[in-house]
Amino acid sequence: MGRFIVRRFAAALFVLFAISVLVFLIFFATPGVDPAARIAGRNASQATLAQVRHEFGLDRPLPVRYVLMMRHLFIDRDLTSYVNRGARVIPQIWQAVPVTLSLVIGAAVLWMFFGVLMGTVAAARRGTALDPLMVLLGIIGISMPVYWLGEVVNLVTQNALHDSVFSWVPPLGYVPLTENPLQWALRLLFPWLTLAVLYAGIYARVLRGELLSSLNEDYVRTARAKGLSERRILIKHALRCSLIPIVALFGLDFGALVGGAALLTEVVFGLPGVGKLTYDALQNVDLPVIMGCVLYAAFFVVLANAVVDLLYAVLEPRVRYA
Amino acid sequence: MSAALEVAGATTGPGTQAVDPAAHGSAGPWRTALGQLVRNKAAMASLILLVLIVLACLCAPLYASKIAHVDPFASNVSGTTIIDGKTQPLLEPSSTGLGLGVTPIGPTWDPTHYFLGVDNQGRDVFARLLYGGRNSLLIGISSAVICCAIATVLGVLAGYFGGAVDGVLSRLFDVVWAFPVYLLAICLSVVLITSGLDLGPVHIGPGSLWLPIGIIALIYVPYVARPLRGQVMALRQKEFLQASIGIGASDWRVMRREVLPNILPTVIVLLPLMTALNMLTESALSFLSIGVQPPNASWGTIINDGLGLLYTRPAVTIAPGLAIVLTAGALNVLGDGVRDALDPKAKLRGAA
Repeated sequence: MGRFIVRRFAAALFVLFAISVLVFLIFFATPGVDPAARIAGRNASQATLAQVRHEFGLDRPLPVRYVLMMRHLFIDRDLTSYVNRGARVIPQIWQAVPVTLSLVIGAAVLWMFFGVLMGTVAAARRGTALDPLMVLLGIIGISMPVYWLGEVVNLVTQNALHDSVFSWVPPLGYVPLTENPLQWALRLLFPWLTLAVLYAGIYARVLRGELLSSLNEDYVRTARAKGLSERRILIKHALRCSLIPIVALFGLDFGALVGGAALLTEVVFGLPGVGKLTYDALQNVDLPVIMGCVLYAAFFVVLANAVVDLLYAVLEPRVRYA
Repeated sequence: MSAALEVAGATTGPGTQAVDPAAHGSAGPWRTALGQLVRNKAAMASLILLVLIVLACLCAPLYASKIAHVDPFASNVSGTTIIDGKTQPLLEPSSTGLGLGVTPIGPTWDPTHYFLGVDNQGRDVFARLLYGGRNSLLIGISSAVICCAIATVLGVLAGYFGGAVDGVLSRLFDVVWAFPVYLLAICLSVVLITSGLDLGPVHIGPGSLWLPIGIIALIYVPYVARPLRGQVMALRQKEFLQASIGIGASDWRVMRREVLPNILPTVIVLLPLMTALNMLTESALSFLSIGVQPPNASWGTIINDGLGLLYTRPAVTIAPGLAIVLTAGALNVLGDGVRDALDPKAKLRGAA
C-alpha cells in the first residue's frame, strides 16, 4: 500500500506540473495574442502595459516566464488584478473556497445517499415502476443544463410559489456555517438538491446494474444456500461489492463537479464561491483572477482524484498492483 | 457528467464481433443492427423528435422573414406589435419600482406576432430560439464529429504501435483527462474569444463559430480516445490481426482494414452521446459568455439574455432550456438505442 500511495502521488504531481505548463502556454504562448494586453485588461495605458511586461517577464524566455508566473501564484502569492486595481487574487480564492466546498460536499452527500437508496431498492424490486423512473432520471441527469435547472428552481422557490409553499426559503446568497448553521443549510438546500438531482439518477442506475450482476455471482448463491435472508444477501453481500465501481465513478464526478457544474450552480444561486469568482472575472476579462481560479481549482480536482483513488485501493486491493 | 461517459475500454475488449467476415449469407451485421434499432420504439421516437427540431431550426430564416416579419439580431427597443387588435409597445415602461426600467412583452402565443414575446432589446424570442438552435446543433454535431475523428486516429495510433507513441499520447490523454473540462475550455476560450487565432495562413476571427467547435472537440478527445486505445490494444492480440501482419500487410493496411472496422461500432455509439454532451458544454460556455459571441445566438446565450428577466418574463429562459433538454435527451435515448443495437457489451454509463 505504501508503494501505491507514493506512486499515485507521484503521478498526481506530474499531472499538476503538466496542467500548470498547459495553462501557462495557453495564456502566454497562444499565437497571435499579446499576453500583456490581455492581462492588463481593456483599454490599458502604456504604463500599465510596461508594468505587466516587467512583472511577468514578458521580454524574457518562456521557461523564465513560467517560473515567474508560478512564483506569483504559489510562492509569493502576490498576483494582483489589473481590472480591479490592486486586488490580490489568491486571498480572494481562499475566501471563496469554503463556499464551494460547502456546496459540493453537501450535494455529494445527498446524491450518494439518494443514489444508493434508489439503486438498492430498484434492484430489490426490479420490474416495477421504479425501473423506468430511474432510466428517466438518468437521462434527464445527463441532458439537463444544471444552470438552467437552477434558474427554474429559483423561479419556483423565489418567485412563483414564494408566497405560498416556499415562503420559508431564504433569499439567495451565502451565510457561513460558523455564523449561523441553520441559515447555512437553508440557503444551500436548493443548490444542493439541484446538483444532487442530476447525479442521483445516474448513480442509482449504475448501482442497480452492478447489484443485478452481483446477484448472479457464486458467492451470492453460497449465501442463499446458507439460508440467509434476501435482504441480508442484498445489503451485506451484494451491495458491498457493488459499491466499489460507484466509488470510482464518484471520484471522477466529484472532481468534474468542482471544475464544472458547481461553477455554474454558484453563478445561478449567487453563492460567492470559486465558480462565482471565475464567472465575475470572465465578465470583466480579468485574466490574473481567471488564471488563479483555474489553476487552484484544477489542482484541487487532481488531489481529490488522488485521494479517491487511495480510498478505492483500500476497498479494492487488487488495483494496487494494476 | 463527463466521467459517466467513460467506456470500460480495456476490460470490455473489442465486443464487436458484429463485423465478422464469416457472416456472409446472413443479413449482415450492419443491417441486423439497423433492424434492431428500427424496432426500438424509444430510439425511433427520439429520432423523429430530433428530425423535427433540426427541421424547425433550419427553417429559422423562413420563419423570421415570412411568418413573423422580424429581424432577430437587430435590437428593436421602440417597436410595436398588435395584440388583440390593439397596438402595444414591445417594451412597456416598468410598472414596479421606480418605473425606470422596461418590461418586454411576454408570450402572445400567436406565431405571427412575437410567439414567445421579446427579450430586453425587443428581439423576437422565438425567432432567436430557432436561429440559436442552428448554432447549438451545428456546434454540437460538428464538434462531436471532429472530436471522434481525432480521437479515432490518435486512439488507433496509440493502441496499434504501443511503445513510445503510446507513451506520449497516453500521457497527453492523462493530462487533458485530469484537467476539468470546463476549466480547460474557459482557459482556451477566454484567450481566443477576444482576439481570434492565427495559425500560419489560417486566421479564425474572434466571433467565429469554429472557435467553440474546435475548443469543445479538443477537450473531449481523451474521453473517446482512451476507450478506443484500449480496444485496439486488445485487438492487437487477436489471431486474425496477427495473421494479417504475418501475411505481410503493411501497418497502414492492417489499421485500415482490420482495426478500423472493428472499432467503428464503438465510435458510432459514441457519436450521438458526444453530440449531446458537446451541446451541453456549448450552452454552458455560452452562458458564461465565452461560447457563441453576439450577434450570433445559441440556446446558451439566450438563457443568459433571460437571466435578468427570469422573474418577469420567464419564457425567455425556459424556452431555450427546454429545447436543450429535449434535444440532448433525445440524443441520449437514441445513443442508448444505437449502443444496444451495435455494441451491447459496451459498459457505457453502466447500462443495466
